[in-house]
Formats: sequence, C-alpha cells, structure tokens
Amino acid sequence: MRADSGAVAAAHAHQFEDAAQQRDAVTLGMWTFLVTEILFFGGLFLAYAIYRWSFPSAFALASRQLDITLGGVNTVVLIASSLTMALAVHAAQTGAGRALLGFLLLTILLGGVFLGIKAVEYRHKFEEHLIPGASFHMPVSEATLSGDIPPDQAIAAGVPATALSAPAEIQRHAQIYFSLYFAMTGMHALHMVIGLGLLAWLALQCRKGRFTPAYFAPVEIVGLYWHFVDIVWIFLFPLLYLVGRHA
Amino acid sequence: MSEHVVPRRVYFLVFALLLLFTALTVAAAFKDLGPFNLVVALGIAAFKATLVVLYFMHVRYNPRLIGLAIALAMAWLMVLIVITFGDYVTRGWVPFPGK
Repeated sequence: MRADSGAVAAAHAHQFEDAAQQRDAVTLGMWTFLVTEILFFGGLFLAYAIYRWSFPSAFALASRQLDITLGGVNTVVLIASSLTMALAVHAAQTGAGRALLGFLLLTILLGGVFLGIKAVEYRHKFEEHLIPGASFHMPVSEATLSGDIPPDQAIAAGVPATALSAPAEIQRHAQIYFSLYFAMTGMHALHMVIGLGLLAWLALQCRKGRFTPAYFAPVEIVGLYWHFVDIVWIFLFPLLYLVGRHA
Repeated sequence: MSEHVVPRRVYFLVFALLLLFTALTVAAAFKDLGPFNLVVALGIAAFKATLVVLYFMHVRYNPRLIGLAIALAMAWLMVLIVITFGDYVTRGWVPFPGK
C-alpha cells in the first residue's frame, strides 16, 4: 500500500515511507518486547526445571494436589479466547467494526472466566493449607509415601529410601513446588489482568471508530500480546498440572 | 503485520488442532511412558505454541525478520537454560537423584 492518496497518508506517521513499512516496524517492535517476555518467563521455567529435577517425587505428589479438571477447562477457555482474538484481528483487517467490537468483548469475557476459575483454584489451595509458609501441610497418605518413591532413584542418590520419603522432606520440597506454582501462575494471571485492561481500552477505541482496515495496529499488537500469554499457559498446564499423574 | 488476511477457516482449523492436542496431552499424562512422559508433554506444548505463533500471531505471513527475532530469543533461552543447568548439575549444591 503506497502513500499516494491522502486517506492512506493519514494512516502512517511521517517518519515512515509508507503504511506497510510502519506495519512492519510496529510488528518488530512488539516482537522485541515479547522476546524479553520469553526470557522473563524462561527464568521461571528454568527455576521449575532445576527444582523438579532435584525433587521429582515431591513435585509429582504436589502436582496431584491441583485440580486437573479446572486446569483443563481453563486451558480450553484460554485457547478459545485466542481464537476470538484472532477473529477480532480478522474483523479489523476487513473493516467489520461491529464484529471487531463483539470479538473484543468475547475475548474479555473468556479472559474473565479464566481469572475467575483461577481465583477458585487459589481459594481451594488456601483452604487446603497449600500456601507455602508455617501452616503449609500437604496431605500424603502412608501408602503413597511408601509406594511412590522409585527405589532406583533413592539408590542413585545414595540416600536410603526411608530418608527420601520422610514426610518432613516431602513437605519442604512440596513448598518449593507451590512457591513456583504461585509465582508462575501469578505472573501469568498478572499478564492476563494487563491484557484485559488493554482489551477494554481497544473496545473503547473501537466504539469511537478509531480502527479502519488501513489502521488497526493496536488491535494487532494487543493480539500478539494475548496470544503470547496463551502460549505461556500452554507450557504451564502440562508442567504444573500433568507432571507425575501417571505414577 | 502483513496485509495478508488469513482466511477464518485457518483460525478454526488451528483452534480445533489446539483442542485436539490439549486432549492428547491430558490422555498421555495418565499413561506411564517412563522418561517419555515429559518428552511427550513438552513436545505437544511446543507443537501447540508453534501453531499459535505461525497462524494466530501471523508469523508465517510476516517478513522473515520477525522469524529471526524469535529464533534469536530461542537461542538466548537455550543459553540461559543450558549454562545454568550445567552449573547446577556439576556443583552438587542440591542432592540430585540423577547424580
């Protein structure tokens, strides 16, 4: 799209050759920010990996305290919100203003449902004494304790199986799991809250008729942000909820 | 942000695939695959993330510069993980069962 006509010229800032160049710059700028976000969450995932590798039994036991149904439903809800976000961008590209507003509001609704379910999960963890701290206590049956530690792991560590499965150790290491659980899902939820704020702002701008097929950069880059938050959850769900389900 | 308008059916297809692989990863988690449980879980997550990046985030239709930026991010992430993990593994600060 060349900047020959007046209508298109208004769609890009004066430092850009044309609207296409501006679009490429906007996209690259947003991706540069997302790269820093990848490394930010990467640090959290790395911490999880190191401690999971160190305390596999406690992590497997602790992960079973999470509600796989709520986690699974939330995964579907978030993927659906990514679909509605993608459709919102499609509506913006094709100049379907009403559809754009509708999909933005639908994305906000799904994001709200996700946070609501997350709040219910946090409440359960609070009631079940699974918040790391003085009153932390993870219920572990004796049968689980005796049968769940693979003997080869204990032997490989040079530690007697009894010491490995000592309830105090398990409780201590499970607190590391739950610290990571709250740090990772908490940071993810914070990103969701920010995303919802951005979406609300987009909906407001959309109502004012600010977006046209020639200019909808804010819709596109908030979309990139929203999809990124979805990707973080795509990794969080199996690592936090599904690890150690088979044992 | 290319001018390419992705057909809506592509979005619906990607959505269906994401749901399918979510179901697969849950099903796989309840099977005992030994050390491959983690490999399968991470493989499926990486595949789902790639679908989101390529289609929902339009990277497939973007200039290759965007792909390069993402590849560089992955490279730095690998540096972070490999070097830090290597340090932890070899120092014995934590009682690793694998050591």
